[in-house]
Amino acid sequence: MSVVLADLAYWQETTIRLVVGLIAVLLPAGTLVYLFLFKMMSFMQSRLGPMEAGPYGSLQLLAEVGKFLQKEDIVPQAADRLIFKLAPFVVLISTFLLILVIPAGPDLWFIDVDTGIFLGLAVSSISVIGILMAGWASSSKYSLLGALRATGQLIAYELPMVLAVVGVIIQAGTLNVQEIVMAQATGEIFGFGGIGNPYVITQFVGFLIFLIAVQAELTQPPFDMPVAESELVTGYLTEYSGLRFLMFFIGEFATAAIFSALAATLFLGGWYVPGLEATDNLFNVIGPIILLGKMLLVAFFIFWFRFTYPRFREDQLQQLAWKVLIPLSLVNIVITGVLKVVF
Amino acid sequence: MSDTADTKQMAYIAAQAADARVNLEIETEGMTLNIGPQHPATHGTLRIVVRLDGEQVISAEPLMGYMHRGYEKLTEVRTYPQVTTLVNRIDWLGSFANEVPFILAAEQLMEVEAPPRAQWIRTALFEMSRIANVVLFLGDMGVQLGAVTPVFFAFRDREFILNQIEAVTGGRFHPNFDRIGGLKDDLPKGWIDETRGVLKRIRNFCDEIETLVVGNEIFQSRTRNIGVIPADIGLSYGLSGANIRSSGVDWDIRRDGGVGLVHNELDWKVWTHPDGDSFARFWVRLQEVRESCTMIEQILDGIPSGPVMAKVPRIIKVPAGEAYVETENPLGVMGYYVISKGDLTPFRVKIRSASFNNVSITPWLLKGVYVPDVISILASLYFILGDIDR
Amino acid sequence: MRKIKLPGLIKGLGVTFKTLVRTLTKGSHTVQYPHVKESPPPRARGVIALHEENCTACMLCARECPDWCIYIEGHKYKAPPRRPGGKPRKKNALDRFDIDFSLCMFCGICVDVCPFEALFWTPEYEYSELKIADLLHDKTLLSQWMETVPDFEDYEAGSEAKKLTVPQ
Repeated sequence: MSVVLADLAYWQETTIRLVVGLIAVLLPAGTLVYLFLFKMMSFMQSRLGPMEAGPYGSLQLLAEVGKFLQKEDIVPQAADRLIFKLAPFVVLISTFLLILVIPAGPDLWFIDVDTGIFLGLAVSSISVIGILMAGWASSSKYSLLGALRATGQLIAYELPMVLAVVGVIIQAGTLNVQEIVMAQATGEIFGFGGIGNPYVITQFVGFLIFLIAVQAELTQPPFDMPVAESELVTGYLTEYSGLRFLMFFIGEFATAAIFSALAATLFLGGWYVPGLEATDNLFNVIGPIILLGKMLLVAFFIFWFRFTYPRFREDQLQQLAWKVLIPLSLVNIVITGVLKVVF
Repeated sequence: MSDTADTKQMAYIAAQAADARVNLEIETEGMTLNIGPQHPATHGTLRIVVRLDGEQVISAEPLMGYMHRGYEKLTEVRTYPQVTTLVNRIDWLGSFANEVPFILAAEQLMEVEAPPRAQWIRTALFEMSRIANVVLFLGDMGVQLGAVTPVFFAFRDREFILNQIEAVTGGRFHPNFDRIGGLKDDLPKGWIDETRGVLKRIRNFCDEIETLVVGNEIFQSRTRNIGVIPADIGLSYGLSGANIRSSGVDWDIRRDGGVGLVHNELDWKVWTHPDGDSFARFWVRLQEVRESCTMIEQILDGIPSGPVMAKVPRIIKVPAGEAYVETENPLGVMGYYVISKGDLTPFRVKIRSASFNNVSITPWLLKGVYVPDVISILASLYFILGDIDR
Repeated sequence: MRKIKLPGLIKGLGVTFKTLVRTLTKGSHTVQYPHVKESPPPRARGVIALHEENCTACMLCARECPDWCIYIEGHKYKAPPRRPGGKPRKKNALDRFDIDFSLCMFCGICVDVCPFEALFWTPEYEYSELKIADLLHDKTLLSQWMETVPDFEDYEAGSEAKKLTVPQ
């Protein structure tokens, strides 16, 4: 994108970036909500889901947004008003910053920094602050418990996530996301370069750990203890209504979309499909669609787990993170490192 | 309550508390969390006040009565046929089973007995209401633990049972089909064959639940060794039904001295589980649904022909006397103590509903567990609010 | 052959996936209500229909109703004698027969106790109203429900119950 925008005025460039950014966040999020939350979940439960708004209920999401916009924006009397109102924005900001690092084609990216993946994983943690703000400012015990659980969980699962990515970084030899994609496109598996080298094959353990960690970062079942609706009502979201709840909702699903896209980029080859030259200009057109397809594939698994499993207890999910996932990912790093040196 | 178990529990809490207070500087005040009366996990309006230390429960106190509808008093101003209308709203999920003990008590006082065909059909509907009730529990337990899908399976397959109940009685939830001396009507044509198909679906549902929930490692880790009720403690709190059978007590009124129903003529098994934890309670109920299916199948094969109504006067006056009849309802033992003074209405009715006793163990049971386990234990005890408050 | 024991987590995924495929290929268990309607069984207690000619305003139903939601008013009148020269017959005329369906518990006792077969259940269920007062069905409306009353079903083998007929 930077190449395309090079000759435009600063304000034009900014506007275009803003619009594309909004589309890049909202469109995949909406697709996820409609395809998976509305339809797949319903089909897995022998029902059809929304069918009235638009053909096959495809406009249901707009109806829901309309509903949320109409609702009263309630702030509890004892709440810390400023913090309470700010919290959803903080969560959304982390989502919007995260999209920056994911390239959608050889020349399509928002920013091209050498430490792209590092930046992405770092900004993804900002949402913890927003959640903690929401939980504390709500002045509700359920919210507080939910926020504290969320904080503990997000911090615990940030580690295996980063460590799982380290394997990819070692193999690709770079922190730049675009170069990681290129490395997968041009790579070879034991001398066979027909399909490139999507790291899901060589880094399968890392991929699994990454998926589990993503599931936990999104606070989705089986890791939805922070919002466990049967015990904490909805955790840190309990006191939110109307537009602010909608923002949390968008944040949740946009993050799900972006993390899926990140997983697709790091492990499934991103915008690249085998058969074409990686520098082919065609990828600037079909790249986003390929990325969307791969993202939906990853998201399918995330949501499949979500609709099937009951949730872990707080101590159990901490044990899973510290006693299983982190040692496993450390072993993975060591093996990757050794193999990298050997081959 | 036995002293040993209580001391053990206290020692455990003391140890936990000592752990938490190693460093006096980080000692914190406890927090009171008010779970309910409006809360997603209380399926109604049960209120549980828990004192928390972090996520650990120090003490829990269930407060009931938010849904008290005064049925015991209302029965005093209703004639006997009208009472069945009221009482099948006590446990609204297995409503037919609520009518049976009351009708049996009234029949005992009037010294009439329902004809055999009526008794067999009554037993079939009794077991079907058990299936309708417990199937929902099997799904709901998943929801309480965070899995959304099982409950939709439960609603889906319960629908077929409710359709069968509706085809006979005319009411899905409130059949009001029992009469003193028999049943209101006979079975419609084709019902028996349809019911066989439905039972196959229910068995299929049980298999699905077995793989989706029981076999799930997360579910097992959430329920095994959680909320263990020793047999003696459970008995001293008056627990009944699957809750006490899952603690290893082999006690089922259907087999041990039930009156008026034909369970003793059928070939079936009382399931027990030695563990007494949440998992055992779920597992025993799952087996009981299957056992109910075999029971109904045998009933469908063996319904005798004959009338469904004994000779009873059109205006029912119950002779003076007292009777207590209890049956093994879906939630546990349900009994009606009916005192009659020879009027059109009962003089006094005392309803012993299972959920009241099942919930009363919670202060003992919830001590020292974590907040998420409060929910899973409550879900596994399986109470219906109407059955607690009456 | 030894069966490989899959972890329960994966088998559980299989259950939901199977349901997903079944819903996509064979359709869902739910129906799209306003477009598709399920028909309840003939015995279903939907709404009460009144066969006005049979009613003698005897008040039995109103008395037996557990929450007293039936309102009946009637008057006596002298009908001309059957045979010429006979005494005029005393007859009951029905002035008002209202059932308040906002109070009704759908227990069916009124239908049971009616000695003259004037009340019937029909499985009709679409009579919700915007105002609660409109749920008071008067005798013209209750008589209109008569058209929807289905015939009584045959009984299962082995039954000795007599099949009743619906007056038309």
